[in-house]
Amino acid sequence: MAFITANWNPLGEAFYRKIELYEMGWSLRDGLKDCLVAAAPYGGPIALLRQPQRPSSSARPQLEIYSSSGTNMASFPWKSGPVRQLGWTVCDDLLCIQEDGTVLIYDLFGAFKRHFSMGNEVVQNQMLEAKVFHSPYGTGVAIVTGASRFTLATNIDDLKLRRLPEVPGLQGAPSCWAVLTQDRQTKVLLANGADLYILDNTSCTPVTPPGLSPQACSIVNMAVSFSYKYLALFTDSGHLWMGSANLKDKLSEVDTKVRTPPKQMVWCRRPKSQQPSVVIMWDRLLLVAGECTDTIQYTLDEESVCVAELDGVRIVGGSRHELLQEVPSACQDIFKIASMAPGALLLEAHKEYDKSSQKADEYLREIKEQSVLGEAVRQCVEAAGYEHEPETQKTLLRAASFGKCFLSNYPPEPFVSMCRDLKVLNAVRDYTVGIPLTHTQYKQMTVQVLIDRLVYRKLYPLAIEICRYLKTPEYQGVSRVLKHWACCAFCQTGVNFLDDMGPIMSGENQTLHSTVRTSYQRSMVTYLKNEMNRGDFFMTLRNQPVALSLYRQFCKHQEQDTLKDLFNQDDDHQELGNFYVKASYKEKKLEARLSLLQSAVDEYNKAKNEFAAKATEEEMKLLRFQRRLDEEKGEALLGLSLQETLHALLTSNFHKQAEQLYRDFRVPDKRYWWLKLTALAEKDDWEEMEKFAKSKKSPIGYLPFVEVCVKQHNKYEAKKYVSKVTPEQKVKAHLAIGDLEGAAEAAIDRRSEGEISTVLSRCSPTTDRALLERLNRARSTASKK
Amino acid sequence: MAHSVRRDAPELPDFSLLKRLARDQLIYLLEQLPGRKDLFIEADLMSPLDRIANVTTLKQHDVDKLYKVEYKPIVSTSDQLCFLIRPRIKTVKWICDVVNADKAFGRFRRYKIIFSPQKFYSCENLLEEQGIFGDVTTDEWSFYLLPLDDDIISLELPEFFRDNFLEGDQRWVRTAGSALHLLHSVYGPFSKLYGIGRCSKMAYESWREQVEEGEQRARQAEIGNVFLIDRDVDLVTPLCSQVVYEGLVDDIFRIKCGCVEFGPDVTSSDKSIKVMLNSQDKVFNEIRNEHFSQVFGFLSQKARNLQTAYDKRSGMDIKQMKTFVSEELKGLKQEHRLLSLHIGASESMMKRKTKQDFQELLKTEHSLLEGFEIRECISYIEEHINRQVSMVESMRLLCLLSLTENGLLPKDYRSLKAQFLQSYGIDHLLTFSNLKQLGLLVEQQPGETLTVMESRVGKLVNDKTAGKLTDAFSSLAKKSNFRALGRRLNLVPKSDEEYDLRVPRDMAYIFSGAYIPLSCKLIEQVLERDGWTGLEEVTRMLNGHEFAVTAGSNGSDARVKTDSQRIILVMFLGGCTFSEISALRFLGREKGLKFIVVTTAITNSARLLESMLDNHA
Repeated sequence: MAFITANWNPLGEAFYRKIELYEMGWSLRDGLKDCLVAAAPYGGPIALLRQPQRPSSSARPQLEIYSSSGTNMASFPWKSGPVRQLGWTVCDDLLCIQEDGTVLIYDLFGAFKRHFSMGNEVVQNQMLEAKVFHSPYGTGVAIVTGASRFTLATNIDDLKLRRLPEVPGLQGAPSCWAVLTQDRQTKVLLANGADLYILDNTSCTPVTPPGLSPQACSIVNMAVSFSYKYLALFTDSGHLWMGSANLKDKLSEVDTKVRTPPKQMVWCRRPKSQQPSVVIMWDRLLLVAGECTDTIQYTLDEESVCVAELDGVRIVGGSRHELLQEVPSACQDIFKIASMAPGALLLEAHKEYDKSSQKADEYLREIKEQSVLGEAVRQCVEAAGYEHEPETQKTLLRAASFGKCFLSNYPPEPFVSMCRDLKVLNAVRDYTVGIPLTHTQYKQMTVQVLIDRLVYRKLYPLAIEICRYLKTPEYQGVSRVLKHWACCAFCQTGVNFLDDMGPIMSGENQTLHSTVRTSYQRSMVTYLKNEMNRGDFFMTLRNQPVALSLYRQFCKHQEQDTLKDLFNQDDDHQELGNFYVKASYKEKKLEARLSLLQSAVDEYNKAKNEFAAKATEEEMKLLRFQRRLDEEKGEALLGLSLQETLHALLTSNFHKQAEQLYRDFRVPDKRYWWLKLTALAEKDDWEEMEKFAKSKKSPIGYLPFVEVCVKQHNKYEAKKYVSKVTPEQKVKAHLAIGDLEGAAEAAIDRRSEGEISTVLSRCSPTTDRALLERLNRARSTASKK
Repeated sequence: MAHSVRRDAPELPDFSLLKRLARDQLIYLLEQLPGRKDLFIEADLMSPLDRIANVTTLKQHDVDKLYKVEYKPIVSTSDQLCFLIRPRIKTVKWICDVVNADKAFGRFRRYKIIFSPQKFYSCENLLEEQGIFGDVTTDEWSFYLLPLDDDIISLELPEFFRDNFLEGDQRWVRTAGSALHLLHSVYGPFSKLYGIGRCSKMAYESWREQVEEGEQRARQAEIGNVFLIDRDVDLVTPLCSQVVYEGLVDDIFRIKCGCVEFGPDVTSSDKSIKVMLNSQDKVFNEIRNEHFSQVFGFLSQKARNLQTAYDKRSGMDIKQMKTFVSEELKGLKQEHRLLSLHIGASESMMKRKTKQDFQELLKTEHSLLEGFEIRECISYIEEHINRQVSMVESMRLLCLLSLTENGLLPKDYRSLKAQFLQSYGIDHLLTFSNLKQLGLLVEQQPGETLTVMESRVGKLVNDKTAGKLTDAFSSLAKKSNFRALGRRLNLVPKSDEEYDLRVPRDMAYIFSGAYIPLSCKLIEQVLERDGWTGLEEVTRMLNGHEFAVTAGSNGSDARVKTDSQRIILVMFLGGCTFSEISALRFLGREKGLKFIVVTTAITNSARLLESMLDNHA
């Protein structure tokens, strides 16, 4: 506590402080040397494009993405063209602007998203410089080409390229330039030597900053404030001019006494700034210059980059990440040495109270006498928000809470919400998350956006925890996160929660497994099933055949209904039909079964599968027929196949009904004859069989009659049909009833060598000697022919 | 034996090591749940488990009672339950029910699930969903490979075929890759890998990843070459009736995990006998690869020899008799017992297979393979369906017809399907849908490119010529891949020559000289060419995904053909048949190579087609 002002530096009436946010977790061998760096505002990610150690044609630069604390999020060799500029969009996407004007967009994890071009002119003339800027319209890109022409895109998500008018006398790149947003128009401010121009859609207007010191021959650097309201110019004479961005008012001019052109120059302001300043960076020097003539100088011991924020400047170096800001007035009031501000007294009172000293009462009395206790509490609460160290925050909040006890009607909201905000902020500032947001930035950015950022970083559990803690409405909070989470799990890795596929995506698998297997997994699955729009979910799945087939497998075992929805979504009528047919078998009640089959018929019709539709219709017809017969005759036919039904009917002597089925279902004659024949044989109804044989000419011939009788061991009946068998089958028929003589006769008649041999093979040399001889003779004559 | 074994054929590696590894790990896992426990075993893991660790071993490690998983509430008094299961949703669901029932009953037990050969994420997910993730511990028993014989190793995963090729579920690919990796780390390093098929390629990639992750040890390789093949590269072969003894035994009696149960009709007693069928069985070992027509003759010769051996006794004095009894009699008796069993089996098969029906069936099959008298074949199939001879057989013939003819004509397709449904029930509508998806039974599509060309050419000529053109084009379109493959690879020997089954001249003998199995022919060709060069046309027709890679640097000694270079591991993804194994053994003898067959499961036509059925259950 005693040292809280140790890092404060006075600048005019105000103080500036530089606090360390992180010790960087990255290990960069040469720090930020030879790197193209882009760090997003609001504590966003940092992208580095590192040039290879030895520049050769084969060595490729390495693109790396880190969190603000230096945790690696992606790293891959850059295989595209030479990059001139990196930048971040408001949605945490990385823009890589190439020399040829192509802009490639990657996500936080280095996955390529899309690309666009800054126009054809760039392709011919190459790009000299580019800037990425943010405006209420989104993220924009501005470039200047080799032909000294500017091209602007105000919003990269709704790409409209604007080529700005020519700048008279400009050759090559301007000495410095910046993008401004004024009057809802995006303009370019550029300096060519000592001349300053404003370029808008239609014109190029020369402008003069009021009161710029005349020694300057050239403007070498310029900076526009975070809000586009202020402008700073740095001249070759070492003068810093500060004024409004519309160039109407001058704030001040400071002689820095450094004449080398600075490496970087940014505004350092905060809302309700007492002493806005500009931070100028050279190789080893960081200089803060305000309206007053004072400056603060810091030595830089490493290559660094300044990032302008809403309420300060972040300085990212190879080993440290710091925040430079004007000390907010609430903090000044409380911590300034010998301050008698109400907040300072309250803090002191609480300190004494902790020590159980009666001085606490004295201090309190003093505050109460001035009746500024309310003000004291307010100051402590506000100051807590500006402090980075949780310990300091706690001290201030405890003091506020202490003071509140002596107030009867102090509204509790500011205190409670500050506690909540700080809890959230401390969580995201944590090293592992690495989003060093200040309270001011957080309020500006809103919780929704913070949640989005966490989601982009795939920090789902934290995002959910925060939503729950802040009691964000479900649809804005938890549900939204879960949906993102689910989509991420499905889209990006192609794995669903059934993933087991090693060879296909073993790499991502690991990360996903570890992510998914947190305690939130169950809620994700439940959410997926119950809350996420099925349609979206299925559409996502659709592009992932492997995941889809796995999901189908899963549904088959677990959730039949989901399967149906899935087919529905795909308009897969064939599978839907199959689904209903399958479901019909599980259904015991006939009516329900029929209605399922009817659904199947409808689906098959939609699938233009007439065959299946007809077959299913027939099945329905058959089921109805079976039920009628079961009811009338007490048979148990339901569920049998057509053939089995016919067979059952024939064996139970329901010839009329069988006949009807045969006609209704257009059973092929051959089948029907076979069926009836075997049925009759099975119940030894030889009389009926004879009648049947005579009813009309058999479509299957008469050999089956013989065979069926033999099978039933009735040679007597079999013989009756032998004579009706066609000549070609005579031999077979005779053999079937064991009539060798007859077979021999038939074979010899037909003079067929093959048939004679068949009969011969059945003769035994002992008993059928005469026959053998006859056959042998016949064979030799047959073979002679 | 008619075949002469080339003297330089290398020795096979000793695969009993795999069993030992599996047993040790299982024991380790069981001891992770100290104390007495009841063990529930998935039904189809029982036989494989039996080959690894018998009941005594399990009891030694505190297993109290053994139960089969039956998807019913359990009756167990033990405080610790251990489940040894396949990673199947159905089984995990059952375990959840068991645990939740205990919870509802207020009963506290410890549960452990051991997944074999690996767990799937979906299973764990289910545990979580059912709220018992914290109540059970899970483990993996990496029992990937079960050696069924000296040269057959099975993953015992019959569902691989359906899951992978029909459902598009690729979870098992990793399993295959891991199995290969296990073989590689014990018997490798492999120097050359060939393969064909999408799944093979993925399995290969999975293997390679695992090799890259793991550490390399320089060791003398025992297995040099590997060939991976997807079952759907060749679906014709497993659908043919098997006529080699081992295959036939499998078709008729169903060999389960290297063991067959011969019923009373074989043993000619009222009991069934379980027999292990492997190279330990001397009689079986000599006939397993023989064409069935040769087996009977061989067995009777053997019987006579045995009789002579027994007969030696008659002239012996006491001393000789003593040596005979102590040294020979036991072996003779053993041989006697086996011989009588195989004779019984042969008789039983003979009864079924020499019937008219079977001969006609074979004739039809051969006609289909040759592309000869297709109309007659169709009427034969029709009659087969009409007479309801056998559902699976009917389906098999339909599929063979479709595969060999590149699909059925729309008219035939419809009428045969309609008749099939009338015969065997409408639920086969779903089966047909599966068969279609897998390409086993499809309708002929007029070639699209041809139709385009046809319409273009058609515009240039008059109607009459156009009609002729259409005919010509449709006959072109009908050209089946199978036929083209057959011609290019000489799969179907000319039928006019007599084929002497006693002295087989090529692998076609396993199908009575009618057809050389495509799968084995591919292996032969690739090994001969050391890659796929010259087979571009063939791979195009087989849908590509072929590869041939040299792994590791020890391929440099290619000039010196070490023994390991002549040992080839063939991995069938989706199953292989005993006939194919016989064919490969034949090929090995011819070329002085040794083949080791690794398969996801032993399959045959019935198993393959049954996996396509969609049971109502």
